[in-house]
Amino acid sequence: MIRFENISKIYNSHSVALKSVTFEVKPNEFVSVVGRSGAGKSTLLKLLIAEEKPTGGKIFFDRQNILQMRPDELPFLRRQIGAVFQDFKLLPNKTAYENVAFAMEVAGKSKREIKSDVPKVLDLVGLKDKVNNFPRELSGGEKQRVAIARALVHRPSVIVADEPTGNLDPINTWDIIRLLLKINELGTTVILATHDKEIINALERRVVSLENGTVVRDENPGRYILS
Amino acid sequence: MFTALGRIIKSGSINFWRNGWLSTATVLIMTVALITWTSIFLSNVILTSVLDVLAEKVDISVYFNLDTKESDILALKSKLEGLKEVASVEYVSTDQALQIFKNRHAGDDILLKSIQELDNNPLEASLNILAKDSTRYAAIASFLNQFSAEGGSASGGKNIVSKINYTENKIVIDRLNNIIRVLREGGLVAGLILAFIAFLVAFNTVRLAIYSSREEITVMKLVGASNWFVRGPFIIEGVLHGIIASVFSFMVIIPGIGFFGPKLFNFLPEINLMNYIGNNFWSLLLLQTLGGIILGVFSSWVAIRKYLKI
Repeated sequence: MIRFENISKIYNSHSVALKSVTFEVKPNEFVSVVGRSGAGKSTLLKLLIAEEKPTGGKIFFDRQNILQMRPDELPFLRRQIGAVFQDFKLLPNKTAYENVAFAMEVAGKSKREIKSDVPKVLDLVGLKDKVNNFPRELSGGEKQRVAIARALVHRPSVIVADEPTGNLDPINTWDIIRLLLKINELGTTVILATHDKEIINALERRVVSLENGTVVRDENPGRYILS
Repeated sequence: MFTALGRIIKSGSINFWRNGWLSTATVLIMTVALITWTSIFLSNVILTSVLDVLAEKVDISVYFNLDTKESDILALKSKLEGLKEVASVEYVSTDQALQIFKNRHAGDDILLKSIQELDNNPLEASLNILAKDSTRYAAIASFLNQFSAEGGSASGGKNIVSKINYTENKIVIDRLNNIIRVLREGGLVAGLILAFIAFLVAFNTVRLAIYSSREEITVMKLVGASNWFVRGPFIIEGVLHGIIASVFSFMVIIPGIGFFGPKLFNFLPEINLMNYIGNNFWSLLLLQTLGGIILGVFSSWVAIRKYLKI
């Protein structure tokens, strides 16, 4: 489904984020990408949603090379990948409902579909009562749930989550992880980038370990082991 | 497509409202820019009117010998009227010249009595020529000089021209022409510079407003929004900024003209700004609103471009 082929990303001679990274993600998998800060986890996910371009290599999504896509094709790619970020990246001037609805609006969904799906997804993430709150009125955990609801609402085939629990307390952290597992059980592929050892070891799913920009371990099920 | 357009318009309007202070600041700066533009435009109208009035004060007169037949003068008049440089020609007969003289010196008894002592009217008939443009007098004078040199009469061969006053006034006319030219060009350049500065201030305000939304733009793109879906609401905000700034600007300019117009009218009776605004109200409002919209849309369009490259 997703294939990174010899991917490298060099910002400058002193900053090499990724070196010859190659691995594949199959449909419905739950893959954790682990590594210390600066190991290249975030860069890898940014390359997948075409937020950045690699210096070398190929990235395939459903057999299509992302790097060969025209700029006007990228929105269609991004609508198939739901992204969740550590800093939530919600639109501050939109309510929780509007933030989630926005993802459907950009995809050209009808008003009726939006009215029917958004409350359901917000209910799924446990925010039924916060639909009209602005992000500044929500806690960190609630913001991240809105972000997940937004990533989920247009039924993407993949969800990429870049340190989604980085800014959350332990209770909220586990709520979010359970939510991601539930989403995966419902048939969506999940790629989770994190450096939280406890989460990885508890998940018992596939783990791709990155060190200094290279894949040092790829095990299924895997554990958090870094030298 | 209409659904997307509707969403863009709705989103732009909501953003405008929710961005409260930022929208207010942008509208106020754009109002200042529009007031500056309109003031420059009106100053140019005033300057042009003053210069036109000044230019109309310049004319040249041809005086004819006392025994010249009126038909010869009228023949020259119609020849002059045929010239493309000439705007109008006024014939002043010897009798009219005498009447003008008497009127002008109505309080000077000695002068009037001495005129009455004379058997004949000593004042010459003349043609007062007004050119379409004050720089054309040299061409008209040269036509008259040639006419005079060639004999100057259609009927007799005798020179009927007594005097052409252009030569006497040439230095003054040239100097006035220079002043008019410098004022027109200087006014235009100063106006353009000021208008450009006002544009830059407004443009940079919009740029700053969009800079503060750069992360939002990135998020929209990462969620899968097309460039148009991201840009659209900002353009709508730009349109709203322009329209509201135009209304505010008119709310300042109209009372301003109501206050200064009569004062200016007392000083320069040829310029009636109130009448000018009255006659051109809708076209000025339309122009200003268009200016505001173009300013808002152009600034948003250019400012957002670099944040869309993701």
